[in-house]
Amino acid sequence: MPDRAEGGVLKPKSDIASPMTFDPAILLPLIFAGLMGFAVLVYVILDGFDLGVGILFTAATDEERDTMVAAIGPFWDANETWLVLAIGLLLVAFPAAHGIVLSALYIPVVVMLISLILRGVAFDFRAKVDLHLKPRWNFAFSIGSITASMAQGYMLGVYVLGLDQSWTGILFGLLVGLCLTASYAAIGAAWVIHKTEGELQHKAVLLMRRSLVFVALGMVAISLATPMASPRIFAKWFSLPEMVLLAPLPLVTVALFAALWSVLGRMPAVGDRHSALPFVMMAGIFTLGFAGLAYSFYPYVVPERLTIFAAASAPESLGIILVGVIVVLPVIIGYSIFAYRVFGGKARELRYD
Amino acid sequence: MDPFILSRIQFAANISFHILFPTITIALGWVLLYFKLRYRRSSDESWMKAYHFWVKIFALSFAFGVVSGVTMSFQFGTNWPGYMGTVGNIAGPLLAYEILTAFFLEAAFLGIMLFGFRRVSNRVHTLATLLVAFGTTVSAFWIIALNSWMQTPDGFEMRGGKAFATDWVAIIFNPSMPYRLVHMLLASGLTVSFLISGISALRWLLGDCTDAMWKTLRTGVYLAAVLIPVQIAAGDQHGLNTLAHQPQKIAAMEANWETRSNVPLVLFALPDETKKQNRYEIAVPDGASLILRHSAYGIVPGLDQFEGNHPPVLPLFFGFRIMVGTGILMLLVSWTAAWVLWRCGTITRPLAMLMVPMALSGWVATLAGWYTTEIGRQPWLVSGVLKTTDALGPAPAAVVASSLAAYLIVYAVLLLAFIGVIVRLAVKAAREGDRQPEPGVEDQPLGQPVRGM
Ligand code: HDD
Ligand code: HEM
Ligand code: HEM
Repeated sequence: MPDRAEGGVLKPKSDIASPMTFDPAILLPLIFAGLMGFAVLVYVILDGFDLGVGILFTAATDEERDTMVAAIGPFWDANETWLVLAIGLLLVAFPAAHGIVLSALYIPVVVMLISLILRGVAFDFRAKVDLHLKPRWNFAFSIGSITASMAQGYMLGVYVLGLDQSWTGILFGLLVGLCLTASYAAIGAAWVIHKTEGELQHKAVLLMRRSLVFVALGMVAISLATPMASPRIFAKWFSLPEMVLLAPLPLVTVALFAALWSVLGRMPAVGDRHSALPFVMMAGIFTLGFAGLAYSFYPYVVPERLTIFAAASAPESLGIILVGVIVVLPVIIGYSIFAYRVFGGKARELRYD
Repeated sequence: MDPFILSRIQFAANISFHILFPTITIALGWVLLYFKLRYRRSSDESWMKAYHFWVKIFALSFAFGVVSGVTMSFQFGTNWPGYMGTVGNIAGPLLAYEILTAFFLEAAFLGIMLFGFRRVSNRVHTLATLLVAFGTTVSAFWIIALNSWMQTPDGFEMRGGKAFATDWVAIIFNPSMPYRLVHMLLASGLTVSFLISGISALRWLLGDCTDAMWKTLRTGVYLAAVLIPVQIAAGDQHGLNTLAHQPQKIAAMEANWETRSNVPLVLFALPDETKKQNRYEIAVPDGASLILRHSAYGIVPGLDQFEGNHPPVLPLFFGFRIMVGTGILMLLVSWTAAWVLWRCGTITRPLAMLMVPMALSGWVATLAGWYTTEIGRQPWLVSGVLKTTDALGPAPAAVVASSLAAYLIVYAVLLLAFIGVIVRLAVKAAREGDRQPEPGVEDQPLGQPVRGM
């Protein structure tokens, strides 16, 4: 396998250096890896905020919970669909990797799926059952959100260490799980800041500041562990031209953190100005962290084992899928923007709709 | 138990749980569109009340369909990695098109359909309803195309142990696909028509005599009465198609042990696979030959032709009979109800008492049908291309057993809660009148669309 991977990396790399070559066996896997990365990133930002709202449920009163749910009601379903798209692209474009990754992550995947099921239906049930049963579904909603986030973070941690199943892997996975949960809580709080006002908005600002500490911790942990776990990744970051060229990535991230911290210090602002700013900044931090990871792992889809070129489906099949993607993706993005505008404004208004 | 059996049971449990909800959403979307259009034409409030009552059940079913569907797309990797490894070049694009064209259409426009009633114009709202209904149907199209391809593969070639597409039209419109799609869409229509007539009958029994209740009841009963004969005819054609392409499946469904003419139609029996004969058989002479070959002398293939290469007989035999039996029951109930409604303009108590449990008959027939179809493909995962055993993943038995147990517990609880909530909605509507789910009310933050516009 390593031989094949080697051959699969080095040659195409020199090929794509010249823009004249359009070998579909190289171009298509690249495009699909890019699309998959895009879907994962969008998922983490979008479903991140509604999972985050579920996590924050633990710290909210009953009335606040109703408002918080109203703030994510029209969005969560479409948000979760990005997970379907991401995992679907892994399944259809890199079938070999889908098998390896998902069977290695069997247990956290099951935990995540059951949690997503629970919170998804709890969301609907809590509004439809008798009042005395409502707390039960509220509980299911927040527990489901928390375990789903933990499971996703755990998978990220184990993946970063090259699907390490030893105790180190498990402990590291749990650490990343905790930090991802905090990150979702942070972006969830940012969404609540944007969608609500008054008391609840105040609370969200406080909660967001608290979770940010863990977000920073998680990003540092991953940034340290990734190069440690693989000499290849170490070399990619800590050799000379790269080190200088890549320096903006961590620097901008740190700057964003600092800016976010001070913005939160002045929230809520007079006339509710810039209420969307924390969300946008948080999304920026997610994007930068994600870019770092993508740079580290490229061109592997299963760390150190299988490259995107070796794992890809036949070019003809990828070509067929690409046609569909090119037609549909712009429509989806356009529609999503439309939907977010239709449901813009403070969540309180939604109730009188 | 070994991980193979456990993985099969787990897959069956997951997809069975999943299919319950698409069966509702596919057709209910169109019924909601019908309510909406009737309201636009007549401005009659009660059509909108019917819409609001059923849109809540639609939202709930849709949520169930989405979360259980997410599970499905992980299943292939966690339990059957060999599946995508071998036929990924074909299954991949079909699954991708399902996700791209359909799910996004549904998931995205669903927001507007459920929450946007006051935020967008009436026309855009109707359009969103249309697109959601269309989306669920397109999604069924792609997934059925894939499933049918696994039953009757076509349009591909094998190179180095992997399937490669040669003809996409032949892959999508493979020999059994049109039959299966029609049969499944009709199954969805029947499930929904019995669900809405059953729930309306329950409301009537509880003393609800509102216009909205009568309108839904009539819609359900007449729709069922129209669809069921079509379904029986379609099922018959489907069976003939299966006879041509998967004769071993028909032989097992009919528990026909030897290839011969004058094969009877077995109404009941206990097939015994070790002795290769039926016990306690009740049969109509020449029946199967007549149905399958349109002549008493028609020769029907028996299991002796497929020694060691046919699916298990017992589950197919009973699965098929449960489906057909439910179909016949549906015919009797819906035609009686339609006739009484037509003649008297109302229904009777005994009839209503019968219609209430029939609300779930669609689920029973659909599951029985799918079990017949899927178990009938064994021992193949993709007929003649990939054996189920060769697709199994490395997860150890203990792990699969615990995940299976967890799924089963969650599913049992959620299914009870689902049915409980629907009954509760019906009881509430009957007792307190069809009050709108005023989203301004503190315990109704979901913001379901309110009446009027
Ligand atoms: C005949 C119809 C049918 C069948 C056999 C299946 N599905 Fe399904 N599925 C639907 C019809 C459907 C639907 C009507 O389109 C759903 C139900 C509610 C919904 O949201 O879409 C859906 C939802 C749904 C979702 C969630 C999509 C979203 O986020 O909106 C996924 C990922 C799948 N399905 C995947 C599968 C897979 C991998 C299947 C096969 C093994 C499968 N479904 C069988
Ligand atoms: C929606 C209704 C469906 C139901 C109720 C259903 C039911 C089942 C059942 C009962 C089995 C187990 C058979 C056995 O092991 O004896 C099974 C297996 C399987 N089915 Fe389906 N199925 C459905 C649709 C689909 C679709 C749409 C696909 C793929 C596109 C699919 C792919 C498979 C696969 C991969 C297996 C696992 C291997 C196996 O056990 O045979 N099924 N299904
Ligand atoms: C009463 C007459 C009926 C006949 C003769 C009939 C015939 C059949 C046959 C032969 C199959 C298996 C096809 C194969 O595996 O290749 C099948 C499958 C199926 N049936 Fe029926 N059916 C009838 C009624 C119903 C009813 C009333 C429903 C549901 C409301 C239903 C739902 C299904 C489903 C969901 C499948 C599996 C998907 C498929 O293969 O199409 N059927 N039917």
